[in-house]
Amino acid sequence: MAAPTTDYAYFPGCSLESTGIAYDKSLRAVFRALGLGLHEIDDWNCCGATAYMSVKETVSFAISARNLALAERQGPRDIVAPCSACFLVLAKTRRFLQERPALREKVDEALAAAELSCECRARIRHPLEVLVNDVGIAQLRAAAKRSLRGHRFACYYGCQMVRPERYFEPDREFPMAMDDLFRALGAATVDYPLKVRCCGGMQMVTNEPVGLDLTQGLLDCAVSLGATAIVTTCPMCQFNLELYQDKITARAGRDLHLPVLFFTQPLGLALGCDPAALGFEHQVVPVPGDSLTLAEAGS
Amino acid sequence: MTTPTPEPDLRIGVFVCHCGVNISQTVDVESCRDFAAKCPGVAVARDYKFMCSNTGQEQIERDIRDLRLNRVVVAACSPLMHEPTFRGACEKAGLNKYLFQMANIREQCAWVHDDRRLATEKARALINAAVRRVAVQEPLEPFEAKINSATLIIGAGIAGIQAALEIAEAGHPVYLVEREPTIGGKMANFDKTFPTLDCSACILTPKMVSVSHRPNIRLRTWHEVESVSGFIGNYTVRLRRKARFVDPLRCTGCGQCISHCPASRLPSRREILLGGAVMTEVLPPSNGDGPHRRSWDTSLLHPEAQTGTGPEQYSHEIVSDEEIATDLEKFAQPRRKGPSPMQRYLKLVSAQAKMTEEQIGKRRTGECTGCGFCTEICDGLVGATAIRMAVIGKDGKGKDIRRPFLTSLEACIGCGACAHVCPTGYLDIRDQAMRRGGVKDFTLGNDRAIYLAFPQAVPKVPIIDPLSCIHLQTEGGCGVCQNVCEPEAINFDDREEIEEVQIGQILVSTGFQLFDARGMAQYGHGRLDNVISSLDFERMLNSNGPTGGRIRLKDGREPRAVAIVHCVGSRDENHHRYCSRVCCMYALKFAHLVKDRTSAEVYQFYIDIRAYGKGYEEFYSRVLDEGVHVIRGKGAEVIEQRWGDQSDGILHVRCEDTLIGKVRDIPVDMVILCNALEPQGDAGDLAAKLGLSRSPDGFFLERHPKLDPVGTVSDGIYIAGACQGPKDIPDTVAQAQAAAARILATVSKGAVLLDPIKASVDHDHCSGCRICNTLCPYQAISYDAESNVSTVNITLCKGCGTCVAACPSGAINGAGFSDRQIMAELEGILV
Ligand SMILES: Cc1cc2nc3c(=O)[nH]c(=O)nc-3n(C[C@H](O)[C@H](O)[C@H](O)COP(=O)(O)OP(=O)(O)OC[C@H]3O[C@@H](n4cnc5c(N)ncnc54)[C@H](O)[C@@H]3O)c2cc1C
Ligand code: SF4
Ligand code: SF4
Ligand code: SF4
Repeated sequence: MAAPTTDYAYFPGCSLESTGIAYDKSLRAVFRALGLGLHEIDDWNCCGATAYMSVKETVSFAISARNLALAERQGPRDIVAPCSACFLVLAKTRRFLQERPALREKVDEALAAAELSCECRARIRHPLEVLVNDVGIAQLRAAAKRSLRGHRFACYYGCQMVRPERYFEPDREFPMAMDDLFRALGAATVDYPLKVRCCGGMQMVTNEPVGLDLTQGLLDCAVSLGATAIVTTCPMCQFNLELYQDKITARAGRDLHLPVLFFTQPLGLALGCDPAALGFEHQVVPVPGDSLTLAEAGS
Repeated sequence: MTTPTPEPDLRIGVFVCHCGVNISQTVDVESCRDFAAKCPGVAVARDYKFMCSNTGQEQIERDIRDLRLNRVVVAACSPLMHEPTFRGACEKAGLNKYLFQMANIREQCAWVHDDRRLATEKARALINAAVRRVAVQEPLEPFEAKINSATLIIGAGIAGIQAALEIAEAGHPVYLVEREPTIGGKMANFDKTFPTLDCSACILTPKMVSVSHRPNIRLRTWHEVESVSGFIGNYTVRLRRKARFVDPLRCTGCGQCISHCPASRLPSRREILLGGAVMTEVLPPSNGDGPHRRSWDTSLLHPEAQTGTGPEQYSHEIVSDEEIATDLEKFAQPRRKGPSPMQRYLKLVSAQAKMTEEQIGKRRTGECTGCGFCTEICDGLVGATAIRMAVIGKDGKGKDIRRPFLTSLEACIGCGACAHVCPTGYLDIRDQAMRRGGVKDFTLGNDRAIYLAFPQAVPKVPIIDPLSCIHLQTEGGCGVCQNVCEPEAINFDDREEIEEVQIGQILVSTGFQLFDARGMAQYGHGRLDNVISSLDFERMLNSNGPTGGRIRLKDGREPRAVAIVHCVGSRDENHHRYCSRVCCMYALKFAHLVKDRTSAEVYQFYIDIRAYGKGYEEFYSRVLDEGVHVIRGKGAEVIEQRWGDQSDGILHVRCEDTLIGKVRDIPVDMVILCNALEPQGDAGDLAAKLGLSRSPDGFFLERHPKLDPVGTVSDGIYIAGACQGPKDIPDTVAQAQAAAARILATVSKGAVLLDPIKASVDHDHCSGCRICNTLCPYQAISYDAESNVSTVNITLCKGCGTCVAACPSGAINGAGFSDRQIMAELEGILV
């Protein structure tokens, strides 16, 4: 195998310091277990989230370009952005700066005022794609210390990572990367038809009934397919899917409680990380204890 | 050809065209005219609204006669458009037509600029160039080429068939080349055709049979065009006949071979499954070698072959060869008379498994009964011994439980014979493309390694797929078909052959291919059962199809609700921007047939209904009256969602209903996708072989979109049918007939006049260096050792000019494109 990139710049984003702290912990643990470097960008700032772009376009590009510039100053590494919204905003910023010279000029000016500059060379990567492509499913399987047999995951990718930037071509409408990964690690995955449907995003705050409708559909489908957990790639999706389960169960009239995990948590288990380091204590809907003590791989 | 001396009294006429407002709104035509009037040698300069009109042409003729013009320049549109028109006018007035030059101030100037001042300046430069060039042009004489009356038709869909019949009817020979084993094209798949709903076979089959009976149609199925050289009237074409392994002269079409063959042909990317796990994967061959096979799952290995490193260890006993199913008779020796090994297998299996022979392999319980048929056939008939039995335990009654296992990771050839005899589907074969869905089985005709495309195939001669045939894959196994074929038509040593034919004209009628909807994962084609493509549905509707014309779901039930999703890959920025034209109509045809043959509800998801043809709108109204639901909104996605063990309505089609402004979610049992029609995958290769152009959408480019839809930029080569753009059968047939008429007109002329734009070598200056010999892309230059000079064969020369530029002695002259003329033109632009 050609020597893969093993060093990445890391943009955690605001969520991974708060609601998505389990994602941050488990992601670091997984990268450590695989011997991959994660270099957090010094002094990073909020990416602006997807909403800001439609409010103040140029400013939003400038603040997210600041992160690209800071990362570049630390070295020529691809930037890993685990939150789908951050991933999308950073990737879009990079593309727009490359494609639109007029915008580039304005942003360069803003950066220059902070004594920064940005070549936009570093690619923006989602950790799922990094693990699947740079490390490879076969390698991950070889590195596994425990089997995930017995789990039945609904792999949920959400919309922001796959659709707008066409990240998982040609399967952008029906990505399989996470499914393939977990199947290789011994878990079963359900054929989850809503895997790229919107979780409601910020609607949950601004227009709760719409948000609840969308989330209810996702939970309902996963439960009906007999999933033991939903596995996500995005802190926003995880938050929406997990936190409203009491409300949704009440309005649906049937039990729609289901653990909602970050994909790095079960992956960490398979790779033999200490379950205590994977942030399970932050789970609102508890993960059944026995699934944390998994069989040794190959036994 | 010698360098001409410029005529002392040049009298050039310059005519500048307004082209209505096409040119004049961007270019100041009057000022161009005044500029031209002052150019050296110009006797008269005029402008006119439409130079190509009768009045315009008459003006040129009058001026040639009255003002004794001896050169003419027209500044107007592209020479592709009207050069012949104006050359004709010159000729009529007695001026040699090669003393004419055209300046393109429309396509290359007015249409591409918006700054009037700069555009006018450019137009003047172009006129100046044309004036200077025409001043040094010389009279040339066209030469005559005889027309070979034979025609080559490439592609035998309805277009090729129709044209072949028309030309043959007029008494002229046709080579009809089809790359598939049978003629018929897409239409042969259909059951009914819109809008009249007449039976496709009833109108097509007689034509197909007629093709095979005409002595002057030389049918070349399973052939491809290798290369084409020459020019109108005199083409030399090399055809490649692919190996068929069945001698068409001996074969009687009895079909014995087919009913005895144990190997599966379809699909070409297939997997053999053992107990649900992939045992062997067969991929199409890469660079000419046999198919690529892979087995990788060591856990499927027979205990004897287990290396001990697999993730799971089997502790079962090994079954010795003697123990295996000794109560079965040995099948390995095929006999010419009596039941085939397959038939004997099926009899035994059915007796043992208490099923009818039809049920075998269809009752897919997926549980192994330990019958041992798979290992028997693999060992005895295939000779691969790729699987063997092992005992994995005892059942309740203390009897051994036996299961098949792989003997080694390489032994299996992936023929599928085991899956074919497995009564339960424990051993199974599936299309790899359908990995997430079920087995793909939408074929007409049979699915054996030796097959006939469909029962009415012309010629009615089966063909062996070498990648699926056990004999050809194992160098010697099986051979059942050879044993059962009475007239001894099977020839395993058949190899491809090249045939060279001389023809005069070419018709390209290669049709279209269907857009692969797997590229739009939101519709789930290839992933969800019962989401099918339009052509697959046509095959299902066909009485020769997999269901005998009944509309059925994968599990054999009749659907209760069917969705038809329009514009899959058409009118879509991500795929094809164009409208595929026939989809709305075949969608309505489908709706009608579903209503006719089932009691299902039908939902059409459309952007607009395009019912543009004769009788089409009426057909649309009729289908609406039948109670079909039409929903205006493009189908956004198809999602499989079931509650509990619900089995009806599990496919949900979502769309925005733009008439009521709401998102709708319609549960159905079957989704039919209206895939776009797209250019054949190899259209680019064929275009290169023939020197054709293609439009941006990839279809072959016609000479003129309105006025010459069947001609091409290459004289003597025509296009007809869906290879020119998506179209229905009536339009296809009309084009085929038009092309045939054009071809026959040329044949009846017997000869054509060709432009004398050719290279010639001045032997006095040729040093015999032979540089040009290898450079000429058409091998038109030969070298004569005795006189030490090269000579151009003008029948082969295309006038490309490569040699003219390359000759170090300046000995080669291109008539009509001499160095002097080109330099004069350049100077005209630059000064
Ligand atoms: C699902 C569906 C339903 C339809 N239903 C109707 C209907 O009801 N009524 C109607 O009027 N129209 C219908 N149409 C349209 C109809 O199919 C076309 O009008 C018609 O098939 C065009 O005929 P063709 O001969 O141009 O092309 P094709 O039918 O595509 O035939 C082309 C032939 O050329 C061969 N070929 C291709 N490349 C080469 C090569 N390089 N060398 C040698 N041979 C080659 C192919 O193998 C094929 O046999 C339908 C189309 C679809 C997709
Ligand atoms: S030799 Fe090939 S084509 Fe003939 S029966 Fe056997 S597998 Fe079929
Ligand atoms: S019959 Fe033998 S060679 Fe053929 S697919 Fe089955 S196991 Fe493989
Ligand atoms: S111009 Fe010369 S190089 Fe071109 S085709 Fe003629 S002989 Fe060959």
